[in-house]
This record gives sequence, C-alpha cells and structure tokens, in this order.
Amino acid sequence: MRIDGYRYTWRLPLIVWQALFFIGPLMLMVAMSFWLVRNYRMTPDFVFDNWDRMMSRSFFWDAYEVTLVRACVAAVLATLIAFPASYALAFKVSDTVRRWAIFLLVVPFFTSYLVRIYAWQVLLAESGPINAVLGFGGIGPFSMLNSGFGTMVGYMTLVLPLVIILQTTSLAGIDRNLIEAAWNLGASPVRTLFRVIIPAAKVGLIIGAVFAFILSFGDFVSPFYLGGSKPPTLSILIIDTTKSGQQWPLAAVVAIMMIVTLFVVAVAAVGAAYGRRRS
Amino acid sequence: MLYLAIVFAFVFAPIITSMIFSFNSDRFPTVPLGEFTTHWYETAFSRPEVWEAMQNSLIVALTAATLSTALGFATAYTDYRYNFRFKSAYIALALLPPTIPLVIMGLAMLAWLARLGISGTLTGIIIAHTVMAAPFAMAICRLRLSQMDPALEAAAWNLGASQWRAMRSVVVPFCLPAIVSAFCLTAAVSFDEFVVAWFVSGLNKTVPVVILEILQGNVDPQINAIGTFVFLTSMTLVVVAQLLITRRRKA
Repeated sequence: MRIDGYRYTWRLPLIVWQALFFIGPLMLMVAMSFWLVRNYRMTPDFVFDNWDRMMSRSFFWDAYEVTLVRACVAAVLATLIAFPASYALAFKVSDTVRRWAIFLLVVPFFTSYLVRIYAWQVLLAESGPINAVLGFGGIGPFSMLNSGFGTMVGYMTLVLPLVIILQTTSLAGIDRNLIEAAWNLGASPVRTLFRVIIPAAKVGLIIGAVFAFILSFGDFVSPFYLGGSKPPTLSILIIDTTKSGQQWPLAAVVAIMMIVTLFVVAVAAVGAAYGRRRS
Repeated sequence: MLYLAIVFAFVFAPIITSMIFSFNSDRFPTVPLGEFTTHWYETAFSRPEVWEAMQNSLIVALTAATLSTALGFATAYTDYRYNFRFKSAYIALALLPPTIPLVIMGLAMLAWLARLGISGTLTGIIIAHTVMAAPFAMAICRLRLSQMDPALEAAAWNLGASQWRAMRSVVVPFCLPAIVSAFCLTAAVSFDEFVVAWFVSGLNKTVPVVILEILQGNVDPQINAIGTFVFLTSMTLVVVAQLLITRRRKA
C-alpha cells in the first residue's frame, strides 16, 4: 500500500515534537533523580542516594505538608468564594452581561501574574493603602504579608477567575426545566440548590476545585512574595535546589513527588466527578 | 449583585492598582496618592536591558506563536479528520503540557536543553514556549473545525481537487480567523510566561524575567510601568483574537 503522505504530514509533527521536547525532558528528569552527584558534577547512574537524602529530611516533609494543606484550603476556599458569584452569573443576569463578565474574567490570564502579586505586596503592606483605609476607621494596622493569609490572597488571585468561569459554564448548562420542576414540586430554594443544582453541576464544580488545587500546588510566586517563603513550599524547594549549583537530581526527586501527588488527586477527582453517576 | 461586584473588585484590584501606581510619584505607595508622573516609565525605558528584553520577548513570542499555531492546527485537523488506534492517547499527549506545574516544566526543560547544548539561548525559550502554548492553539483550531461541514472538503475532492489543493483553498480559508486568533493568543501566552523562561533563559532574558529580577530586589514602581506596558500589549493581542472569534460566530 502506498503511504498516505498527506495524512502523516498532519499527524506526525505533534508526535515528533512532543517526544523531543515534552516527553523527553520529563523522562530525563525521572532518570536524573537516580543520578549521582559528586564534586558538583552529575554522572548518569542508577542509585537511590537522592531519594534517600530527600525522603529522610524533615524539611522535605514539612514543605510537602504545607504545600498540600495550603493547596487543599485554596481549592475549598476558591470553590466557596466562586460559587455565589457563578450562581449569580448563571441565573441572575442576562446573556449579554454573562458574556461580558466571562470576557472580563479572561483578562487576568493575560496580565502578568507577577505584576499582580507585586500590586498585592504594595496593597497589603503595613503602610499600604488597605491599612491606611482601615486606619481611618480606627482599626489595624494588620501585618498581612509574609503569612498564610498573604499566600491565600495570591492563590485566589491566580485561581478565582478560572474557577468562576468553569462553575458558571457548568451552572448555565443546567436544564432550567429541572429547576422549575423542583420548585413546582414544592422544594424550597435551599433544597433545590442542594438536591438539584449542585448535583447537576457536580462535574464543573469538581473540575474547578481540581484546577484550583493544581495551580496553587505548583505556584511559587504567592508563597514566595506574599507568604515570605517561610515555611517553603515544594516549588520553592525545587527552585532553591536547582539554582544552587548542580543539585538538579534532588530537585527532580521533589518534582516527581509533586507529579505523583497531582496525578493521584486528578484521578481521585475524576472518579468523584463521574464515578457515582451510575447509581 | 453586591457580592459579584466584590469578587470582581478583588480580581481586578491588583491590575488597577499597578496601573494607578505606575503614574504615582511616591516611591513607597501610600494613600493619599502623590503627584502624577511618567517618571517610572522614563526610568524603565531608559534601561538598555529592558529594551533588550523587549526585543527578546518579541522574537520569542512571534516564533513560538508561529510554531505552536502550526503544530496546533495540524493536530486539530488530524483529530477532526481521522480516526486511528491510540487516538485518545494522541489527544492526551497534545493537551497534557498545561497540567504540569511550571516549576517542574522549567526544571525538566533546563536539564534537557542543557544536554542539547541550547539552554540559555532564545531557541531554548522558544522550544519551551511552543510546548506550553500549542494546546491552546489546538483547542481554538479544533473549535473552528467542528463548525465546518465535512461535506465541504469532500465536495472539493469530488470536483477534482487533490487533498492538498482542498486544504489550501477550502480548509485553511475557513479556519483563517481561528488561525489568526490562535496566533495572537499563543503570542500572548509566551509574552507573559516567566517561570520556564526564567529557568532556561540565562543571559537572554525576556520582559517577565526582568520583572521577576527587579521584584527580587526592592519595592520599585518601575515594575508597574513595565507591567502596564506588557498588559497593554497582551490585551491588544487578546482583543484582536476575541474580535476574530466573535466575528466568525456571526458569519
């Protein structure tokens, strides 16, 4: 059979490109975690030194715990904060307003996240505008930077627009008849919300929360510039280890642990989102 | 409604703040504001490294956008037209990159490009950005292709056009708005990306990497000035992309 050149012209570029520049780098990183570092030089090998060294350090587990807990809190918080807003966008406003709102929510993706975090650094500072305003009201000043609170503000800046978009899309997709049927059958608004709307929008809600988790779990800017990097998160750990000479294998260990964690969370979430539908 | 306003205020507070303070004369921003000044723009743009970074960013964004749009279109067309074994794995491979945390992409890219001997070059950043932006290009092209009647391409074949000819005179013209908007969006993604660029850039810095390095120093309103400039550039790209998408909806 003649080889269909046309077909492969379109199909192969992605495979070749991703193998060379996506799978390749990730595989190398996994391999690197077993390499040996001696006298600041890496040599290919298959030893568990890096794994032993990382896993036995308490600072690694502390960082792991901080990162995991904060990302979970961010996911829950983002879901709770976003939901009333998404609900309003899905049910209380006209289509035109909703389209505009979603367009506005896309805007932040294209503003430098760094600049936004810098702006929060200014806003939240002890002598900054927010404390000044609070000062007129006779409260404060609060020190909001270099704390878990600061980090959370940063995470929300990063994830809220996306979570609201995902939630709104899934809420707006609910069949209105379903909701009206619930009302007609005498269900109270609260009961309708919990028994009809939330279950129907479950997939969107869970996907939103998962994205919030993934993004906050991997982010280093907020914990570094707003959280004061004490305690460090896993991504800060990777940066510190990478930038300090040839410790890439150790950084690779941390990176693999992060990917495994994200994978487990993603699988669990997909299971939760689609799993119990059948019953 | 009030709640909605508060949430939007939170989302936009940092963007608006940085714009306001980029014109504010006080070095340490406080309320009330100081005087209006373009001083920070002047200092920022009088620095040769900012101009150099601007140039680098432009080269990287345009090249990465071209590559990732081409890659995204080819992949989207494959998904639209063909069925084959392992297709779901193929699609997963295409869409996976954005789910990997940036820091990890940075580390893996740095190690890989160092092996290839191109870490610290613009080529390295272009490669990394293409990997990260291609999924977005693919999504946009795929959306447009799904609006195309499959009979259109078949009709061209029946009229005696070769597959290549049909691609050139039917599929590409139909997808042109999507291709242009994919180009703009991927350019904006690359123009803004700093984590991976920071890992692999070395001395050839892009604009966001320069921002990151200024930020590591001290409170410096120049960041607001550069940031506002970057924001306007990206927004122009996004608005152009958005206009193309809405126009094609009406068409």
